[in-house]
Amino acid sequence: MHDRAIDQRLHDFKEVDTGMTSEEAKIEAERCLQCKKPLCVKGCPVGIDIPAFLREVASGNFQKAAAIIKEQNMLPAICGRVCPQEVQCEGQCILGIKEKPISIGELERFVADTERAHGMVAPQKKASTGRRVAVVGAGPAGLTASAELARMGYSVTLFESLHAAGGVLMYGIPAFRLPKDIVKAEIDAVLSLGVDLKLNHLVGRSVTVKELLSYDAVFLGTGAGLPYFMGLPGENLPGVYSANEFLTRVNLMHADSFPVFDTPVKRGSRVVVVGGGNVAMDAARVARRLGGKVMLVYRRREEDLPAREAETQRAKEEGIEFVMCSHPIKVLGEQGITGVECVRMEMCALDKSGRPEPVPIEGSHFTIDADVFIAAIGQGPNPLLISEIPELKRGKRGNVIVDDEFRTSMRKVFAGGDVATGAATVILAMGAAKCAVHAIDKMLREE
Amino acid sequence: MYTIEKAGQLADKVYQMWVKAPHVAHHAQAGQFVIFRIDEKGERIPLTISAVDGDSFRVIFMTIGKTTTHLAALKAGDHIRDVAGPLGKPSDLSKFGTCVLVGGGVGTASLPIIARSLKAAGNRVVGIVGARNASLLILEDEMAKACDELLISTDDGTKGFHGFAADLLKQVMAREKVDAVWIIGPAMMMKVTCEATRPAGIKTFVSLNPVMVDGTGMCGSCRVIVGGETKFACVDGPEFDAHQVDFNLLMGRLRTYQPEEKESLERYNAHICACKGGDHHA
Repeated sequence: MHDRAIDQRLHDFKEVDTGMTSEEAKIEAERCLQCKKPLCVKGCPVGIDIPAFLREVASGNFQKAAAIIKEQNMLPAICGRVCPQEVQCEGQCILGIKEKPISIGELERFVADTERAHGMVAPQKKASTGRRVAVVGAGPAGLTASAELARMGYSVTLFESLHAAGGVLMYGIPAFRLPKDIVKAEIDAVLSLGVDLKLNHLVGRSVTVKELLSYDAVFLGTGAGLPYFMGLPGENLPGVYSANEFLTRVNLMHADSFPVFDTPVKRGSRVVVVGGGNVAMDAARVARRLGGKVMLVYRRREEDLPAREAETQRAKEEGIEFVMCSHPIKVLGEQGITGVECVRMEMCALDKSGRPEPVPIEGSHFTIDADVFIAAIGQGPNPLLISEIPELKRGKRGNVIVDDEFRTSMRKVFAGGDVATGAATVILAMGAAKCAVHAIDKMLREE
Repeated sequence: MYTIEKAGQLADKVYQMWVKAPHVAHHAQAGQFVIFRIDEKGERIPLTISAVDGDSFRVIFMTIGKTTTHLAALKAGDHIRDVAGPLGKPSDLSKFGTCVLVGGGVGTASLPIIARSLKAAGNRVVGIVGARNASLLILEDEMAKACDELLISTDDGTKGFHGFAADLLKQVMAREKVDAVWIIGPAMMMKVTCEATRPAGIKTFVSLNPVMVDGTGMCGSCRVIVGGETKFACVDGPEFDAHQVDFNLLMGRLRTYQPEEKESLERYNAHICACKGGDHHA
């Protein structure tokens, strides 16, 4: 990690980690043992040929390394930054047994950043198949599906309801983790394959389901954008946000620069964020940069936090106060928020997920003073479009049911990413999209 | 970018605008809205679709803050950067019998398209258009054409009936059987007016106007409580059963950004003065 000093980074939204130098990258890549059966590749959901690109980095052939990565992944500058490598490629690296695994994520990022600085090479495309595919949602899944389909020669129309492509990459993950000019550059590379991006188009409203089904195939990548609320008394007071709303206002609408940008956001002086995932960590660190004293309330123990370890560490360095084994039960206030009433939790028997089940301790109520409250307790699949298509089979949690080739219950309709799995990671959505694209290609070639 | 085809003033502080956006115009139904973002630095604001013609649709708005003031300054040939829609659920256009449509101020903008659709579904439609004073009345001619009967009220008696739209609604209810009522206007007007139909148990719809960001159901900024349940107005509404709506909560949440809205408008006006009516799009 090459993190900027805390006193600097707390006053802006510029990237915290400044990345590797060429020399550092070469030295790190040289540590790779070039395994004959590389486990790291198996750990990568999109199957990047990691030893091959590391070999090129070690020899200083950065352009060639970029080309190898892009065979499998059109968004390497993004993935290098936000993948939970500790449980994927790096978690599998054989060097991790005795010493440190290779910093594959940082190297992927270095390669992508270097390529971008020197002008990106346009990817190769196959001849047109004459078939049309509609992709719904321009998040990581939809972008990956669009890029792969376009490379195979399909004519791709990508529908996005917001005014910018990127999905969670634009509205969710803050710029200090994922700079937006980088996201835009990688999206532009996807669009340069001839993908027809239609912004401001909400499928189901601006495009009817009938129009959608007039394409030869459809890929649904509409994500898990439905915020869950906790159902607490006082939850609808002004100043209570879903993390989606809070992050959208700042990341997509630039409310941190209000009034230069028109969208406002409440800058709490004392902010309570509830949750323990990456979204909670992002919301807390954004609130901190808006000048608030921030407390992160999580019902389990610190070792149970699902957020990326590095980001939890950074949140702590930035002065976020962690209140573990606690749970909000009421938002206090009349016109606005004055505080949050919480209860302490004790850890009992392990639950289904293998984590201890938290149970409230009687009489342990306490109050935290607060003027902004952000709920980051998870999101569900966006129901709007999929509820317009009754033939589409859905699971209990509203997710679209798919088989192992990401086919839905409807012929020629495929789905991948959070809309199928529930809220997960960027790279898993991309992996799903790649599998779905192969199934779409197979179906259309057999027709 | 979406081209403004026509723009002009309708009444004191009230403006109309026709915008070319086929994806909206071809799919819009009564009761739906759009989200506008004027430029790169703009916020996203919801506006009701008030009429449709070919590839274009009309919005009508009142200048109350920075964004609407900026919008009012735009002319035919100018552009809106982003137009998303149509959004929200369409109005319930069943055959009810006799429908009364009550518009308060700029809320009247939503009514002609609903009136025409209800007529087409075989309903008798009575329109009531109310405003604080005569200079704020809009769409009288259009409503007169769209409805079987049109009644006018002003709070100060400068035109039509001297009093509130609610009083006219009660008069209509006294003289004939009313089967369904739409009330669209400021939150306080909707809250008060829907009390007229509550005792008789008449099906009453209001179109709610909470603060929105995306307008597609992904943030919950527009959440309202209807019948004790939390709903997102942008996807579950914006029309709801008036007698189930928690109006006090709606009004409280509408005040969330009052200080910021004031600051933004003052800054915009100061900038307009500084550049003496020149380029104020910066």
